[in-house]
Amino acid sequence: MGTILAGEPRELILEAGRAEKHYWRDIWDYRELFAILAWRDVSVRYKQTVIGVAWALVQPFLTMVVFTIVFSRVAKLPSEGSAPYAIMVYAGMLPWFLFSSILSGASNSLVSNANLIGKVYFPRIIVPTAAAAVALVDFLINFVLLGVLMLWFRFVPSWHMVFLPVFIVLAMLASLGPSLLMTAMNVKYRDFRYILPFVVQFGIYISPVGFSSSVVPAKWRLWYSLNPVVGVIDGFRWCILGGQSALYWPGFLLSLGIVALFLWLGIAYFRHTEQTFADLI
Amino acid sequence: MADDIVIRAEGLGKKYVIGHEGQRERYVALRDVIARGARSALRKAGDMAKGRIVVPGDTVEEFWALKDINFEVKRGEVLGIIGRNGAGKSTLLKILSRITEPTEGRVTIKGRVASLLEVGTGFHPELTGRENIFLNGAVLGMTHAEIKRKFDEIVAFSEVEKFLDTPVKRYSSGMYVRLAFAVAAHLEPEILIVDEVLAVGDAEFQKKCLGKMQDVAGHGRTVLFVSHNMAAITSLCKTGILLRSGLARSFSEIEQAVIEYSGGQRAAPSQYCSNSATQVVQQISIISIKEVASAHVIELSVRTKSAQKRNVSIDICLRDSYRSPIGFASTGTFSLSKNVAIPEGVALLSVNLKIPKLAIGQYSLDVFLTDPFVEFIERIEDALRFEVEESDRQAVQPFQQKWGYGSVRLEMKVGWNV
Repeated sequence: MGTILAGEPRELILEAGRAEKHYWRDIWDYRELFAILAWRDVSVRYKQTVIGVAWALVQPFLTMVVFTIVFSRVAKLPSEGSAPYAIMVYAGMLPWFLFSSILSGASNSLVSNANLIGKVYFPRIIVPTAAAAVALVDFLINFVLLGVLMLWFRFVPSWHMVFLPVFIVLAMLASLGPSLLMTAMNVKYRDFRYILPFVVQFGIYISPVGFSSSVVPAKWRLWYSLNPVVGVIDGFRWCILGGQSALYWPGFLLSLGIVALFLWLGIAYFRHTEQTFADLI
Repeated sequence: MADDIVIRAEGLGKKYVIGHEGQRERYVALRDVIARGARSALRKAGDMAKGRIVVPGDTVEEFWALKDINFEVKRGEVLGIIGRNGAGKSTLLKILSRITEPTEGRVTIKGRVASLLEVGTGFHPELTGRENIFLNGAVLGMTHAEIKRKFDEIVAFSEVEKFLDTPVKRYSSGMYVRLAFAVAAHLEPEILIVDEVLAVGDAEFQKKCLGKMQDVAGHGRTVLFVSHNMAAITSLCKTGILLRSGLARSFSEIEQAVIEYSGGQRAAPSQYCSNSATQVVQQISIISIKEVASAHVIELSVRTKSAQKRNVSIDICLRDSYRSPIGFASTGTFSLSKNVAIPEGVALLSVNLKIPKLAIGQYSLDVFLTDPFVEFIERIEDALRFEVEESDRQAVQPFQQKWGYGSVRLEMKVGWNV
């Protein structure tokens, strides 16, 4: 007989527009599926490629080289404190690639898992979050390159480094909000599939990836922080570059607020539309 | 629990919105194309602003896949859901397995549900067989520990031991399906919902699958089963639901549902009338059905109309309520000299059909006019229906078709060899 079940089975009522009472517990019950979907995406990602996992390094490394040349040598922008420009760029690029790969991975995840959505039930939020977990794996690989850069430039990170996990979580939360929104909208309106590459392309220039956010004029600094990625990138630089980078608190708090707002919006919208996914996909 | 009802559907309905393409003119001016494109884009933008779905097409129509469905399923019941294509079976299963929500009404479910709407859901072609067992198992709702425990059993059932570490994209389609079914067959939920998944693999594997399903059903689990295979349905299920264009009828006995499904209505026509003036067979009527000694004798009258004299064979196939053939009678097929000469003009032919004693139930007759082994001249399927209501008056329990032991009672004599 049923092996998983203990005690009285719970009663489930299916009705139009009815919110799931045990939503979060349901997600917890399906944690194994989450793990296995994430594992599937990771293990399939670089199958049948020659250099395999090294592909995760190629893009951020080349972008870092180009940005360093363009922004530091050509545009003559200052680094933060005495930190080497390359490390400053890379410290911004780490969270940016985490953000953008979660955004694009998650947004297409539901559509590319349409066969699952149409044939079995599970809390749908598992799919985009599993895609986010895959991005995290790439991020960790990229992180190794940061270590190599630090050795190359003989740059010693400060004690701020211990706070990095906090900012990694922040980066994930910051990406999850817009991602869930995009994912849910993409199911209904495939237009978002075409909007997304723009967002990612513009985002890298709008966000302080190739330059330090301290070059933004003081009077615009707060407005600039409306972009939630600004807070995340500043946080990363504060951790990695240590005393070389000062945190701009009002802007950082505003970014935090925006992150929370998007997260709430994303989850709310996703939950609201989740039950119609199978009909729309 | 107070009552033993595990699934209760009340007033269930599901609406879909479908779009139709308008008539397209063959030659159109660019102006028209732009105007139409703009109109359609405007409508879609409006829909989007109101948060509605974007439906392709020029006109939009509502379509009720299910309407006002009510039924109850008791614990341990094995329920068959039958209906023609498009009757709403899959939609019903999708609602019950929480894939989509109903537009109106509600369903109350007690217990863990696992649904099997397709074999191999979530299989990834790049992953190996071993990896896919874990993936597919998790997708179907098994825990990691559960899959691990049953792993060997699953592998043995699938018969693909040798290729366990090969990516499934290299599998033959048969191996793929066997592996997929093997995982599904080891699901152990309290309520199992199964769509037409037995129609996979070769005949032998199908038999194995059916056996496994019978096993599952026999262990006190509640099973909802959809299939077009009436034999599988009747052998697995006790009760049934018949869906017809979105409406449902419940039956306490699956046989009744199957009869209704394959027969259409109960009041069977006892007369066939042709609606074509050129057809040779114009009318067939049942004159009488008599029970004599150890047989049923059916007397038919056939009215023929022919432009010229011709020699034909009259063939009759007797079928039971599941439309399975029981027997065949022919004038000319077995001996050409017995062909029937049909005269010019209108004539009445009487046919006497002797059948070994039939079980209580419904039957139908197909009538063919043939030139034996050369061609079918006329082919009237399901020409007549009749019902045998009484049989073996002296028997303790008259033989019934719905027992599932066939329709013809065999004669048997037993004696000891001394």
